[in-house]
Amino acid sequence: MTRAEEEVAMYEKKTLGFWIYLMTDCVLFAALFATFAVLRNATAGGPGGPELFDLPFVLVETLILLTSSFTIGMALLGSVRGLKKQTLVWLFVTFALGIVFLSMELYEFMVLIGEGHGPQQSAFLSAYFTLVATHGIHIAVGLLWMAVVIVRLLRHDFKKTDVNRLALLGLFWHFLDIIWIFIFSFVYLIGGMA
Amino acid sequence: MKKIQIDHHHSPVKYISYIVGFVLSIATTLLAYFFVVNELFSKNVLIYVVMGIAVVQLVVQLVFFLHLGRGNRWKVITFAFAVLVVLIVVVGSLWIMQNLDYNMMQMSPDQMTEYMNANEGI
Repeated sequence: MTRAEEEVAMYEKKTLGFWIYLMTDCVLFAALFATFAVLRNATAGGPGGPELFDLPFVLVETLILLTSSFTIGMALLGSVRGLKKQTLVWLFVTFALGIVFLSMELYEFMVLIGEGHGPQQSAFLSAYFTLVATHGIHIAVGLLWMAVVIVRLLRHDFKKTDVNRLALLGLFWHFLDIIWIFIFSFVYLIGGMA
Repeated sequence: MKKIQIDHHHSPVKYISYIVGFVLSIATTLLAYFFVVNELFSKNVLIYVVMGIAVVQLVVQLVFFLHLGRGNRWKVITFAFAVLVVLIVVVGSLWIMQNLDYNMMQMSPDQMTEYMNANEGI
């Protein structure tokens, strides 16, 4: 094998390894979804989803995250074509959207806790906070990763390994997007029905 | 600017793929939201409609963003296995807990204690 071929083979291995990590993360979220589904009515006399969830607010959150999934795709396409400027601009946009999403989620949590509906109020709220915050922590880690990629690109020349790294970050980000779609559908839309 | 050479050993991913995926996922999200907010169906039907739309979105994202099926075959195999485990965990949990609810439903707490004393040897 030539050096280039070896690099491709190595990258394929890394991608598969990362993909398998994502699949195990699916199982983690499945456990949290199952917990939420089982405890959805265990409100201990407190308020449930229909009283607590602000659907228009969550819809905006969802649209922002969906858009960020698209913009990271644009960054990836730019990097595959070797366009550093395009990659950086789209990465900045994705990063900004991610920050907005995370801030909205934290704001939502603060409002809930401020009104006395924290995770300690009922099993339903414990399950809700655990599920949604686990997703939020993943987003925060993704943002940290994205910041590292951005700083690297700003300070160094564009290398092929950067493209590969960005492709893995893209996988992670799309994966989180999919998890959020399920949170939006099952927790907020179905859980918020009166 | 110096361009780097990247070899596409699979057919290169196109912009159109991301644009179609983006439009479809926004449209399906708005559709699900619209159905729920306007309560277009009864609650039971609505639950299945929202679940169905979520699955459509999953497929859209897998095809247009994650390009599942491109590249290593093991990706598809591990994905199928993950789906199996996820279904077992979620459906299994709901099934078991519903059964427990059903068995305990008609009893008051005192009756339940009595029942457990008699049957479980506690």
